[in-house]
Amino acid sequence: MSAPDDARSAVAAAFREEWGRVVAALIRATGDWDLAEECAQEAFALALQRWESEGVPRRPGAWLTTVARNRAVDRIRRAAVGEAKLREVAAAAPSGDARSGGRPDDAIPDDVLRLMFTCCHPALAPEARVALTLRALAGLTTAEIARAFLVTEPAMAKRLTRAKQKIKHAAIPFRVPGPAQLPDRLRAVLGVLYLLFNEGYTASSGDELVRRSLTAEAVRLARVLTRLMPDEPEAAGLLALMLLHDARTPARTGPSGSLIPLEEQDRTRWDRDRIEEGVALLDRTLARRSPGPYQVQAAIAACHATARTPADTDWPQIAALYAHLARLTPSPVVELNRAIAIAMADGPAAALPLLDALDSSGALAAHHLLPATRADLLRRLNRPAEAATAYRQALALAPTAPERHYLAHRLATLPHPDARSPDPPHIPST
Amino acid sequence: MKYMLLICGDESAAEHADEGCGGWSEEMLERGVLQGGSGLRPPSEATTVRVRDDEVLLTDGPFAEAKEQIGGYCIIECADLDEAVEITSRHPAAGYGTIEIRPLWEP
Repeated sequence: MSAPDDARSAVAAAFREEWGRVVAALIRATGDWDLAEECAQEAFALALQRWESEGVPRRPGAWLTTVARNRAVDRIRRAAVGEAKLREVAAAAPSGDARSGGRPDDAIPDDVLRLMFTCCHPALAPEARVALTLRALAGLTTAEIARAFLVTEPAMAKRLTRAKQKIKHAAIPFRVPGPAQLPDRLRAVLGVLYLLFNEGYTASSGDELVRRSLTAEAVRLARVLTRLMPDEPEAAGLLALMLLHDARTPARTGPSGSLIPLEEQDRTRWDRDRIEEGVALLDRTLARRSPGPYQVQAAIAACHATARTPADTDWPQIAALYAHLARLTPSPVVELNRAIAIAMADGPAAALPLLDALDSSGALAAHHLLPATRADLLRRLNRPAEAATAYRQALALAPTAPERHYLAHRLATLPHPDARSPDPPHIPST
Repeated sequence: MKYMLLICGDESAAEHADEGCGGWSEEMLERGVLQGGSGLRPPSEATTVRVRDDEVLLTDGPFAEAKEQIGGYCIIECADLDEAVEITSRHPAAGYGTIEIRPLWEP
């Protein structure tokens, strides 16, 4: 590789790893989010020039933070905001300066954590939390975030500006909350990371590359959070959950881009390293005996990820885990998944009463998954006429084309209702 | 930071009008964060003022016809929004109505 290539890939790597740190350190020093982003951007641009001629610094993050902070000092000086502000910024220099070497920059990870909690503050609208996390922590451009969420760039720019204005004018603090608020606030952070991951993992529309980068960023940020808060089992549970789902990515789509259901995936294409990492992390976390919804969902994902074939799946265990999840976070969707697991463990007939209960509760009235599941169970019970009725109900409610396509295919390939008592074979006349 | 707490509720909140604040005001005065405030007479006794083309227009009643109306307000001064939320969440009206936290305009 040539020197320019080396420098460029070093800057690209630093961008992924250090953007959030640089922005976080600058926000803490200046309190100004826009200034922080702009100065961080300038620091990375300067790195592209300098690292090529002067070589990549030993600690790129510290180099970038120092350059960005100097830019901020210059700008504030030019804007003549006043001596006091300037002293504040200069005094907020992190312990690990580019030239001081040696000392680990303890202050910087704390800044990243502060930034996470501030971006995910519950006083911000949920969609603003997600956008702000992607911009400030992951360094995605406004255009990229807009593409990921299928809104126009001006609309996304407005969303980000409003969020930053609110942080500034309503004085949303830049800090990690105290013990009293921490559980709630951590839930909000985990919720944003989970949403980010799902947005990249499950949505079938939008820019494929941007979606991949959403899941990658969600995993990366969950790693950072787990490293910074090693005593939070749910943070580790969420990371394990993401790893175990992400491991299936290579086998999830067919050549035409269509989604391949779990039971039909080529399991040899699953990412073994990710599965091992996820399972090991989950085991360590569950050993702390402080279970939560993410850990339980990760345990369910681990049951799937460690089954060599669909037939090897430990369905009784999955059914028990869904029952646990239903106690922690009761929801009709969890109950539906429990019914599916029971059908796999004990046969379709055992699950029908659970579907009846869900039906009469009305909680999933407008959702295609309930009739689709019922149809599937009835098909397996060899009750094709009732199955057909349920497939038609599901078809009328299914929101996306691939789902409708799947249901229509199932409906079309049902055995004829009279198949069990066929007419006498028709003898062609001669 | 200064914030105004706008205490809102529907008609049923009026029955709490004479209950006071269950020691909240005393506690917050002592803590030094409460700078003033009051309950308000009902919106039916409000008058809304607009000036358009130099003409003063009066309307009987509140600015907006809404189910929830402002029934009282407080001014607090505290460190940041987290502290404002903590203070607000302990006001008894948060239990039966809603309280909006508005930062004051500071030029």
